[in-house]
Amino acid sequence: MSEGLELTGSAAPPMQNGELVFEAPWQGRVFGIANELAARGAFAWDDFRACLIERIGAWERTARSDEPYRYYDCFLAALETILMRRGLLASHLIGAREAELAAREEGHDHHHDHDDIEPISS
Amino acid sequence: MLTDVRRSMALHSRRFRTSRRRDMSEKSPQATHASPQALRDSPQALRDSPQALRAEAIESLLIERGLVTEADIDEVIARYNERIGPMNGARVVARAWKDPAFKRALLADGSAAIAPYEFEGGQVDKLVVVENTPSVHNVVVCTLCSCYPWALLGLPPRWYKDPAYRSRIVREPRAVLREFGVQLADDIQVRVWDSSAEVRYLVLPQPPADCAAHDEAQLAARVTRDAMIGVAR
Repeated sequence: MSEGLELTGSAAPPMQNGELVFEAPWQGRVFGIANELAARGAFAWDDFRACLIERIGAWERTARSDEPYRYYDCFLAALETILMRRGLLASHLIGAREAELAAREEGHDHHHDHDDIEPISS
Repeated sequence: MLTDVRRSMALHSRRFRTSRRRDMSEKSPQATHASPQALRDSPQALRDSPQALRAEAIESLLIERGLVTEADIDEVIARYNERIGPMNGARVVARAWKDPAFKRALLADGSAAIAPYEFEGGQVDKLVVVENTPSVHNVVVCTLCSCYPWALLGLPPRWYKDPAYRSRIVREPRAVLREFGVQLADDIQVRVWDSSAEVRYLVLPQPPADCAAHDEAQLAARVTRDAMIGVAR
C-alpha cells in the first residue's frame, strides 16, 4: 500500500468527505483488485498509474462536453491493459468469461425453473 | 438494559481490537462507499452495466488463478477509507507536534488555525482542540447524536454513533477506554468532551518519543483516527 494511489492530481479517484466514492459495487472491486495486485508485486503501481493516466487522457480528448466523467470506466480499462501487458490475463479470456456470466444473467440469483420447483418446507 | 448495553459495547470493542482494519466498513463488501443509500439510489443501469460484467469476469479469473482473493480486495477498500478519511486531522496533529507556534494557535482557536488548510467535505464552525498530556487524557463523544469533525476525520466510525458508546463513555470512561485497549493509570485525569452541532472536538495526542527524528509527513502517517477521538492513547 505504500506506493498507493495519490489523492490529488490527474489520476485521483472521486472522493467525498474524505472517503472513496463508488457509484456501483464493481467500481470498488476493480479499485481493490488493482491495489492488491500492485501490493503483491504483480505489477508496479507506477506502471498501472501510467495506464490510467493514458486512459483518462484519451477520455478527455474524445468525450463530449456534456458527458459525465466516468473515472472507473478508465480505471477498468487501465486494469485490463496492464493485465494484458504483464501477460496475467488475455482479453479474449475475459471476453469468454464475460459471455458465460452474461448467459446466466436471467435470474441467476433466484430460481426460475418452474418444472422442478420444490416446497421449501413440507 | 445495562447488560445489553455492555454486551453491545463489548462486542464493538472486541471487533475493534481484532479487526481494526475493517471497522469503518461494516457495510457489506460490495457496498463499499460509506453511504449505502447512494448505492441503492444508483441507477439500475449502472449496476447491471457492461462494466460490472467485465469487472466480475476479471475478478473471477484472477481469483481462479490465485492472483487475488475476495477478502484481500475487501481489505484494500476498508484500509483506504480508514487511512484517508482521518488524514486531514493527522496533518494538523503532526504539524502541531513540530511547530510550537502552530500548536499554540491551534489550542487557542482551532477553527482559525485550520482555516488556511481550506479542508473540504464538512463544516467545522467551531473546532476546539484538546491536548493530551502525561497527566490528562481527553476523549470525545456526541451524547445526543453523532456530531463529529468530518472535515478532519472523515466519516465517524460505526461505534461512535452507537448508543452504548455515547452513554457509557460519559458514565464510565475508564472502563470503556480499557475495552478499546487504553490502560490509564489512576493518576491520569480523563476528560470527556461532548460534541454538539456548534462545537466539534479534536484530541491532540501526545507526540511520540521519537518525534524529533521524523518530519511532518512521516508523523502524520502514524496518527490514527482513534487517537484523535481519544479512544487510543
